[in-house]
Amino acid sequence: MKILSILTTLLLVGSLTAQSLQGDVLIKNGTVITITDGIKENTDVLIKNGKIKSIGEGLSAGDQVKVIDADGMYVMPGIIDAHSHAGIDVVNEPTAPITAEVFVGDVINPYAVSLYRALAGGVTVSHAMHGSANAIGGQCETMKHHFGEEDPEAFKMQGAPRTIKFALGENPMRVHGEGNGIQPKSRMGIEQVFRKGFSEALEYQKAWKKYSSGGANVAPAYDLRKQALVDILNGDIIIHCHSYRADEILMLMNVLEDYGVNKICFQHVNEGFKVAPELAAFGAHASVFADWWAYKFEVYYSTAYNAAILTRNNVITSINSDSGELIRHLYHEAGKTQKYGDLTDNEALKLITLHPAIQLGIEDRVGSLEVGKDGDVAVFKNHPLSIYAVPQYTIVDGLVRFDINEDPADMRMDLNPDETIPAFHEIDAHDHHRCMEGAFESLFSHH
Amino acid sequence: MLRTIIIIGLALAFGLGSVSMQGQRIVKSKNGSFLLKNGTLVTVSNGTFVSDLLVEDGKIAAIGESLAAPEGTTVVDCRDQFVYPGFIDSGTQLGLREVGSVSLTSDHSEIGDFIPHMEALTAVNPNGVAIPVTRVNGITSAITKPSGGTFPGTAALINLHGYTPDQMFAGYKAVIMNFPSTGKRGWRDRRSEEDIKKDAEKAIKKLDETWSKIKLYTKIDSATMALNKSRDDYNPAMDAMLEVARGNRHLMVEVNKKSDIESAIKWITENKLNAILTGVKEGFRVADQIAAAGIPVIVGPVMDIPARESDRYDIAYANAGKMQKAGVKVALRTDSYENVRNLPYEAGFAATYGMGVDEALRAITLSPAEMFGVADQLGSLDVGKHANLFVSDGDPFETKTDILHLFIGGWKVPLESRHTLLYDEFLERDPIGQK
Repeated sequence: MKILSILTTLLLVGSLTAQSLQGDVLIKNGTVITITDGIKENTDVLIKNGKIKSIGEGLSAGDQVKVIDADGMYVMPGIIDAHSHAGIDVVNEPTAPITAEVFVGDVINPYAVSLYRALAGGVTVSHAMHGSANAIGGQCETMKHHFGEEDPEAFKMQGAPRTIKFALGENPMRVHGEGNGIQPKSRMGIEQVFRKGFSEALEYQKAWKKYSSGGANVAPAYDLRKQALVDILNGDIIIHCHSYRADEILMLMNVLEDYGVNKICFQHVNEGFKVAPELAAFGAHASVFADWWAYKFEVYYSTAYNAAILTRNNVITSINSDSGELIRHLYHEAGKTQKYGDLTDNEALKLITLHPAIQLGIEDRVGSLEVGKDGDVAVFKNHPLSIYAVPQYTIVDGLVRFDINEDPADMRMDLNPDETIPAFHEIDAHDHHRCMEGAFESLFSHH
Repeated sequence: MLRTIIIIGLALAFGLGSVSMQGQRIVKSKNGSFLLKNGTLVTVSNGTFVSDLLVEDGKIAAIGESLAAPEGTTVVDCRDQFVYPGFIDSGTQLGLREVGSVSLTSDHSEIGDFIPHMEALTAVNPNGVAIPVTRVNGITSAITKPSGGTFPGTAALINLHGYTPDQMFAGYKAVIMNFPSTGKRGWRDRRSEEDIKKDAEKAIKKLDETWSKIKLYTKIDSATMALNKSRDDYNPAMDAMLEVARGNRHLMVEVNKKSDIESAIKWITENKLNAILTGVKEGFRVADQIAAAGIPVIVGPVMDIPARESDRYDIAYANAGKMQKAGVKVALRTDSYENVRNLPYEAGFAATYGMGVDEALRAITLSPAEMFGVADQLGSLDVGKHANLFVSDGDPFETKTDILHLFIGGWKVPLESRHTLLYDEFLERDPIGQK
């Protein structure tokens, strides 16, 4: 009896938590940048139960509903970062060239202030990725920035497709070839890691099919690593692949073609501009930095015009952060594509809204302001692509998670009673990327 | 014999071929007289107004309405366009680093803790690929500095145009010093608070010992000079400190944490040094003290995360403005080597988060020029100054704005870089081709 009541309480708490992650809010009189349906002046956006209920003039909601006066402000879809490591405790499982069996979703840190700082930059959704130590890394997590919640589950975007991290080039070569003395030590070796992995996954799948159809008496040993690769082959997981050079990008497309896989977003992809027509023909997506280059040899022949060239070749392109610093001003990073390649306002804003949504397979839910979509909104003073833009409110599923007027400096949730003033960190902005974190404990990391 | 002739023939053909290719592709800098007509001059020193500006003999020769163009002058129509003094980045590793992770391409750091005689200028590569990449955003000068231990070397102000380091040198050097820190070195620093404190105390003790030696050495040097004698010892590190000890050369003191800034101010004041504080991440916490000490600061990067978990998300954006408002003289830096081009955006963020556009603009033009004692040459649009300037189609802090023309020392420098060349080559790739 007692157990039953505890269970009932747990269920109740569970459902309450679920309910509390969706709110109501009415944003009045803003300049609404819908992304998919133009710009609407003096327009209201009404969010009910976490979803956009209506977009129009003179909307009203009940007395209970919070109203934001966005007069003179810009209202845009919540910004989406397709490559982040914010809010996770561990980035790499660098123990083998393939570690498809590990999950970033297992290491979410709800107390990470970096998630609040991302909200303060208008970012509502981020793709928390495994690092780039392995040719096939772990499975990633698409997160909603419900900073303030203590349950890691609250951050997982329910219904978002599964994604997995792949990595080409110097990082897996350094970790495994140079570091451990095993393949891959070269881009030749990396190709064969994929071919071997996929081929073994096919054998594994065949063995299970044989068993299921009565052709074998004993089931094959369950292998989560191989099963994850089978799921990729079946199109159930979107690949997000750390990559830089044109040759390695072409290599992976050739491998995927041979195994009938087509869901791929290349990450960083600094030389994507060289093979933009091939990327477009394959249907591959690209998630790039606005202007990062020269930090390692494989990004020496880069151009800040990458996003523009990819866009002009009809490659679905986004701009990501891969950094706890950059994630706070992705709107500014998107603006750089107007300096480097003259993208229009809407093209530039798509790079941080609709396009990353497409790359994560969540474009039916987020990425634009449309009735029926999730109530994820960023409100800016000044146009978001202007250097003078300042995020004012960030709303996730109808809940105001950042309000510049009610922003206490100290947003820590896990206060250490022995540490009244937290430690000062001598670290510079160029060291906030975490792609190789954990791969070499003592080595300076490179994206 | 025949074979030799064929080889020579081939070599000639190949050589000639590449010359003609280069002839088409390479756009060289152009020297001469240029008359910028009817631009809106943002002088920084004397307000903003529409006027002509004449560049002659590497200098700003005249500013005024309806200036006549001397013979041979190239006239540049700047109607509806803006003329700015070239931007100055007050802390970079430009020219010293080529590819970040490839250590043999990096010259910013030497072995040793007391090596102020290591000259950044020596290692500046005038053909570093990042230099033209930087220029396209209107940056014409930069401090390039060594890094490493307590005294890692001597920084230099360079103009971003020239074939040799000496041609690039802009007349200012400073000795770099990293003040002993009581902060954590990085997220992986697992030392206890107590150990960090001990390490810092040890470092300060060592610093004081070093400094008393420098003072003694300086006294000996002065005494020797007074006797019209020359010293025959070889002590380049000590020699590099002489002008600093005499207050004739700046010591650029990298210091970031509040309590360290306080210690540094005390140390600088006690030793009567001519110093600039750099980094200064927690300057906002002790802005009044810095102002009272009359020590200028170089701040950046502006786009940085707070150094403490408990600090407001935008504190690094606001830091420069808070110090400037407290009366501190402020210049900005990117602290970068490959993306120094982002200096105007760093200034833009500082402007947005409290500093205001005018002061942020000053912090990357006239303020650093004054700080470095080169305000007679750089930092504003004034007659007689070096023609380091650019023409834009709008506010250069905005990412939408393009830089249209750029001059360094009167040379009209093409706005071409690896990034623009790759764009030109690959935007419409030919042949597109099939697999």
